[in-house]
Amino acid sequence: MSWITKTFSSSIGRKIIMALTGLFLCSFLVVHLLINLQMLRHDGGASFNFWAEFMGTNPVIRAMEVVLMLGLLIHIYQGLALAVKNKKARGTQGYVVNHSEQNSQWASRNMALLGTLLLIFLIVHLMNFWIRSRFDAMGGLAEVKVPNLDHPVGDLYSVAAASFKIPWYVALYALSQIALGYHLWHGFRSGFQTLGLNHRKYTPAVYATGYAFSVIISVLFAVIPLIMFFSSAYQPRPATGNTVERSLTEEPALR
Amino acid sequence: MAGSNPNAKPMNLTLKVWRQRNRNTEGRIVDYKVKDISPDMSFLEMLDVLNEDLLRQGEEPVAFDHDCREGICGSCNLFINGRAHGPEKGTTTCQLHMRKFNDGDTITIEPWRATAFPVNKDLSVDRSAFDRIIQAGGYISVNTGGTPDANEIPIPKDIADRAFEAATCIACGACVASCKNASAMLFVSAKVSQLALLPQGHVERKTRVENMVAQMDKEGFGACTNIGSCAAECPVGISLENIAIMNREFINAKATSNNLA
Ligand code: HEM
Ligand code: SF4
Ligand code: FES
Repeated sequence: MSWITKTFSSSIGRKIIMALTGLFLCSFLVVHLLINLQMLRHDGGASFNFWAEFMGTNPVIRAMEVVLMLGLLIHIYQGLALAVKNKKARGTQGYVVNHSEQNSQWASRNMALLGTLLLIFLIVHLMNFWIRSRFDAMGGLAEVKVPNLDHPVGDLYSVAAASFKIPWYVALYALSQIALGYHLWHGFRSGFQTLGLNHRKYTPAVYATGYAFSVIISVLFAVIPLIMFFSSAYQPRPATGNTVERSLTEEPALR
Repeated sequence: MAGSNPNAKPMNLTLKVWRQRNRNTEGRIVDYKVKDISPDMSFLEMLDVLNEDLLRQGEEPVAFDHDCREGICGSCNLFINGRAHGPEKGTTTCQLHMRKFNDGDTITIEPWRATAFPVNKDLSVDRSAFDRIIQAGGYISVNTGGTPDANEIPIPKDIADRAFEAATCIACGACVASCKNASAMLFVSAKVSQLALLPQGHVERKTRVENMVAQMDKEGFGACTNIGSCAAECPVGISLENIAIMNREFINAKATSNNLA
């Protein structure tokens, strides 16, 4: 084994991969949230569709999307593989009595469980939005005009607005943000610690930022579908015969 | 005895003790009663009372590890009522006193649990994995010779203090025992950062962390997920900062050591 494979197959090396991909995913969440918030403007989705078009066409963003998807896959694989390795290290005979709640936080001990919940959400979520907006064969998007552009753009807003009228989808979405919040509650600060970024002067601020980050991100993500569910101001455009409308009525599994 | 309560009455307790004949047999929890336990006894003295009772009844006494009984050797490792070294913060089992319990209590006593710490018998586990990690690099190589003069190597006070803090690790293994992942990172990092902080440790700085981490993985300890149970249960208060220092040392060593293998 070369020193490189040895480094990244060691326990610390694998942790470093988790931290780098995890913190990278955190930065992605910020961008994702800022764009989602555009849906709450009362402009029939014009701003949201504008930015969705930008994310789908800008070459730098498209390149980052590949990095993001790889990062996510590596994070998921490595996270689950480490959970299996760690379970083996603990052994088959567990403690009869174990009061781990007296020495650590619940979120910290349940990262793999929280991650798996996120994975389930991500599969439904990506099938609904990402696959549909990137691959025409999976449904494609209706075209609409937005003020700042001279060419029509895909109407992702209507997919979201329609999805967020479906009770079970809104519930799954909002509840999943609780899992996200707890995952980040531990994950944010943990990523810094793994990378060795621990210092008496700054670590208290990293902890505080991580706690604030996890609450703000998860609450805002959860609030958007709830508002769009309960308010009549957010409606999908009427059917134009595009596959999207068809899939929304005919393929409940894809909602 | 100073600080003891003259009115404290002797206690009667129910013990649920892990009994296991040897490495290859399955173990189980066995219930025992102990009577007239003085609140001033240490936890190990209470177990001595149990063992005397068992010997008198012709039964096999409970095996448990102990040596110094003054909190410095790190061998008295018991998982008591779901906590490594029992409920009291910053104490080894030998320094835990029965006044922390109440008359009529039921106390569950188990050995450390980790694949890398197999149970030898009852409550006694094999922690030689720790020895092998230390042998892999937890030392400095020096030529023997005349005793060096004091302060020949200047070390700033705050660095000396931090190195000393790390050096107080008694290798008890409570960090592994309480960690969900059975990770030995707190133990290994205490030694790595102690020696990385001091000039004497710099000669072998990079190979040390590479070799100790490799040995740690080979022994089958888990990977740290920064849960923090270890530092919360450590009887001498080794801090998580040491793990971050070790991760930095590891990244630096892997990136810049001359070791291509
Ligand atoms: C938006 C999605 C996600 C974000 C932002 C995220 C973020 C993070 C961060 C920052 C960490 C801490 C890394 C460290 O301690 O060094 C982490 C750890 C972890 N993540 Fe995620 N994660 C996400 C999704 C997932 C998914 C889908 C899974 C699994 C199926 C997962 C499983 C794990 C596990 C098991 C850990 C703990 C492993 C360890 O600390 O070694 N995560 N995550
Ligand atoms: S770090 Fe603390 S808990 Fe771990 S072996 Fe050393 S003294 Fe024991
Ligand atoms: S017997 Fe030595 S530390 Fe407890």
